[in-house]
Amino acid sequence: MKLEKISKQISKWFDGRGPHSEIVISSRIRLARNIAGYEFLPRLKPERQAEILEKLKSAILSVNVGEEVFFIDVAASSELEQDLMVERHLISHRHARGKGPRGAVIAGTEAFTAMINEEDHLRLQVFKNGLQLTECLAEINKIDDEIEKQVEYAFSPKYGYFTACPTNLGTGIRVSVMLHLPALKMTGQIEKFFNATSDTDLAVRGLFGEGTEAIGDFFQLSNQITLGVSETEIVEEFTNDIVPRIIDYETLAREELLSSQKAVLDDKIQRAMGLLKSARLISSQEALFLLSNVRLGVNLGRIKDIDISTVNELFMLTQPAHLQINNNKILDSEQRDIVRAEIIRKRLSQK
Amino acid sequence: MQCQRCKDQTATIHLTEINNGQRQETHLCEMCAEHEGLAIKSQIPLNELLSTLLASQSSPKEQPVAEVAAEDEKSCSSCGMTMREFQKGRLLGCANDYEELADSLEPIIEKNQGGNTTHKGKVPANAPEDSKKQIKILNLRRELEDAVENEDYENAAQIRDRIEHLQ
Ligand SMILES: [Zn+2]
Ligand SMILES: [Zn+2]
Repeated sequence: MKLEKISKQISKWFDGRGPHSEIVISSRIRLARNIAGYEFLPRLKPERQAEILEKLKSAILSVNVGEEVFFIDVAASSELEQDLMVERHLISHRHARGKGPRGAVIAGTEAFTAMINEEDHLRLQVFKNGLQLTECLAEINKIDDEIEKQVEYAFSPKYGYFTACPTNLGTGIRVSVMLHLPALKMTGQIEKFFNATSDTDLAVRGLFGEGTEAIGDFFQLSNQITLGVSETEIVEEFTNDIVPRIIDYETLAREELLSSQKAVLDDKIQRAMGLLKSARLISSQEALFLLSNVRLGVNLGRIKDIDISTVNELFMLTQPAHLQINNNKILDSEQRDIVRAEIIRKRLSQK
Repeated sequence: MQCQRCKDQTATIHLTEINNGQRQETHLCEMCAEHEGLAIKSQIPLNELLSTLLASQSSPKEQPVAEVAAEDEKSCSSCGMTMREFQKGRLLGCANDYEELADSLEPIIEKNQGGNTTHKGKVPANAPEDSKKQIKILNLRRELEDAVENEDYENAAQIRDRIEHLQ
């Protein structure tokens, strides 16, 4: 199966390159769509849900959405396979553990995925590395246009694209950037960042780990308003205003740390390296925390012999489902900690 | 660079603050910074940054989903969804709910969508002609409101003509 093949590589959008990649890891745009004449998921009978799955699957597979495109029957996948897709951000946790006929169409590069029968009938997603929201929008629009030639979306002039939840109504768009903000975190400013966004129209979430608890200084910033603001307006505001300002602040905080607390910073970075290179047991939480410091070290030129893509690869491959699928066996949490430490040790000692 | 306070040591701490949208820079040596009580911690008022930045697009937002009156027992004629069930599951049953439960849903939509109530943006290419016309009218009405607000009466009159022409 295809999943086993992708489980050993890093996603294209996570390769550590792209515009502003020292801070912006990746850009993602998601569109929510529903088919006219069908109930939303909470009221959809299993036969009708299966009909939608077939209809959308064949529509999407007939469109050019990238190379080596494949379909996965999520309902028939094992929990481990589902978790692997969640860890790679290909599907959501909700989709993984959802009810009834559902599936995902995934492009081999993982730059495109479509979730069928998640919260809405269709959720299209396009990912790119670095800050590339404009490019994501152009691409997802093209795909959406092609699909629309084959199915009729539920739409009204007043409300736009109908969605199961009113918080997605209108454009159905969710624009997100994944940010690495270790210096803002170290200087204690990230809490303010969270507090500030709680009363604005932006949502901040930890990228790895559960809920709002952000582990390893990764954050996901997304728009909240989907009605009455056009797709282009949202993307332009993110690209020209919001993200550049956050980049400036993180950069400034990094510079300040470098100029006034160089020893403290180097100590953190080198200790992280030391631990990762010598630990024999390491939890995913500790790994994320330490790798984040190493990533900062590489980006600031304090660590010279490691490439950023190596660090990203370790983030991806040391997650629980990845460890188990790549080792072909179920591992309990202590066994995972052993394997994780081993992979990291080997990778970081390679020259 | 010289420290702005003691005018003796080299400034190693550079503060950038944004107050009322004005960028202000301060350069201090480490001792003076400490004296001023400026731990590295509180140098950048990100909350201020974000609030100025977002003032233009944001409007007060309360809880995600508004309370629904207990007596609201209306249900959708095609799927049977009620406001009470929606409140529990946070999801609607079909696209019809937006029309049939509009009285109760509208305020919730407005609250969640920063005060907005009508769509702006992409329209399916295969949308029926009359709905495309409706969208044009909706957009022109919005332009009209903006023109009136900006006291651009000449433009407003033109937009009004165009709306009448479409209707
Ligand atoms: Zn001084
Ligand atoms: Zn209904």
